[in-house]
Amino acid sequence: MSDAVPILKIGSTLLVSIQVDLQDDTALQLQEDLAERITRTGARGVVIDISGLEIVDSFIGRMLASVAAISRVLDAQTVVVGMRPAVAITMVELGLSLGGVRTALDVERGLAMLAPAHESAESVLLAAAAERESR
Amino acid sequence: MTTAPSATATERLEVRADSDVVRVRQLVRTVAQQARLSLVDQTKLVTAASELARNTLVYGGGGEVEVELVADGRRSGVRAVFSDEGPGIADLDLALTDGWTSGNGLGLGLSGSRRLVEQFSIDTAPGAGTRVEIVTWSR
Amino acid sequence: MTAVAPSALAQTLVDHAETVRPAWLDAAVDELRGRTTRGELEREQSDIYQALVDGLQAGGTDLQSEAFDQLRGILADVSAARARLGFTPRETAVGVFALKEGLYGLAGSDDTMTRVLPLLRLVDELGLFTFEAFAAARESIISEQAEQLLELSTPVVKLWEGIVAVPLVGTLDSARTQVVMEKLLNTLVETGSTQAIIDITGVPAVDTQVAQHLLRTVVAARLMGAECTISGIRPQIAQTVVALGIEFGDIRTRATLADALVDALREGRRSHTEVTA
Repeated sequence: MSDAVPILKIGSTLLVSIQVDLQDDTALQLQEDLAERITRTGARGVVIDISGLEIVDSFIGRMLASVAAISRVLDAQTVVVGMRPAVAITMVELGLSLGGVRTALDVERGLAMLAPAHESAESVLLAAAAERESR
Repeated sequence: MTTAPSATATERLEVRADSDVVRVRQLVRTVAQQARLSLVDQTKLVTAASELARNTLVYGGGGEVEVELVADGRRSGVRAVFSDEGPGIADLDLALTDGWTSGNGLGLGLSGSRRLVEQFSIDTAPGAGTRVEIVTWSR
Repeated sequence: MTAVAPSALAQTLVDHAETVRPAWLDAAVDELRGRTTRGELEREQSDIYQALVDGLQAGGTDLQSEAFDQLRGILADVSAARARLGFTPRETAVGVFALKEGLYGLAGSDDTMTRVLPLLRLVDELGLFTFEAFAAARESIISEQAEQLLELSTPVVKLWEGIVAVPLVGTLDSARTQVVMEKLLNTLVETGSTQAIIDITGVPAVDTQVAQHLLRTVVAARLMGAECTISGIRPQIAQTVVALGIEFGDIRTRATLADALVDALREGRRSHTEVTA
């Protein structure tokens, strides 16, 4: 069993950055951990950054789709961000779709996508900070 | 030019646990880089290897993987062979159909990985285990 | 005829260098007049001669033996360089075969038969090796050019902040589509663009295969978080697509590149694009 993937909380969003090649049981653990964290923190969104992943096979693909489905049930939105071009091409060839999972080019865009309609105080602050940084 | 050997040493890995599947991926990636496959071809090959190694583990009850760098004079390539002593596959045509699964997978393991590599061959019979061989060549 | 020890052959070459080298140089210069300079040929021949002597001294019997590694390296380099400079196969090999002219000059001395013949045979091997190396170099040049041509024929351009486009011209086959797909997707990441336009105004026909490739590109872009529009669909193509029963599904199609650009801009204005894979 390898180390669990850390889950960060930013405002009402959970951020997971997968940096290493995931072993199947670690992926399943992440799925469980996320479901648990969403309920415990009342998070409204989940951003999964997979820019570190060199491949997404059917197992990881299914894990991503499951996380999205589970979070939907728990009233949270999931965005998968940072998929590499070679990975995307391979997934299409493999016949794998993410079954309605929302996607974004990078973490910043993923977080922006989740900015809720009734913006919380934190997210307004975060958005302002992000804008200043990008200038 | 110099007479290149047709193959270098074969690397062998046991597939007995989840962590072995990761090891197979890393080994195939290394050999694919030695064979100078393009990034997309490397990614396709490693993904196929991941699917097949998982099949070996889950459906074959474990087995082994052999990976080697191959050359046909002009091009170099990677050959990987996945073999197990498991129950084998009774209906191969069905097993190679998209979406069909005997376990709880997505049913893309065999059919999908076949699309990701250049050469794909499978040798199996009920009770006789399964042997899948894949090859991808550099362009 | 008894075999002569390689070291004895090396000695012959060393002893008669004064006779062999100038004759070789003259013959080569004669053949390659205008293609290269005498000085350059002399330098090249001096390297080859030395490597040949060294190889023989190290006990090399045929060109494939380890003793001749350096010689083969030099010959391969020379051949590759000539291939790149556009020399003909004849012009490339003649530089080596001309060495025979030098060896013929030794005829008449006592050890002609026993020593010169094996050397002549070796020169034949060198010549053949040169041919092979030349052909291999040419082939790699051709495949490089084919690749460059593919790259050139599929430019990905940035139309606007966040919008890239690839105008496709000519027939699409799967090799080319793969290059387009990779390049387009890489550009999305590099430029941080969330909108891509594939313009097929210049594509003469769309069959099922081509349509499949286009659809895959669109799906891959979505997986990465970008939206793809296909523009420039001419009336005939629209008819074929429908006749073939190709499902474009929910993929955005526009008649012209201009329409697609306007749409993409509008899309970009709605702050952040919503993409669902």
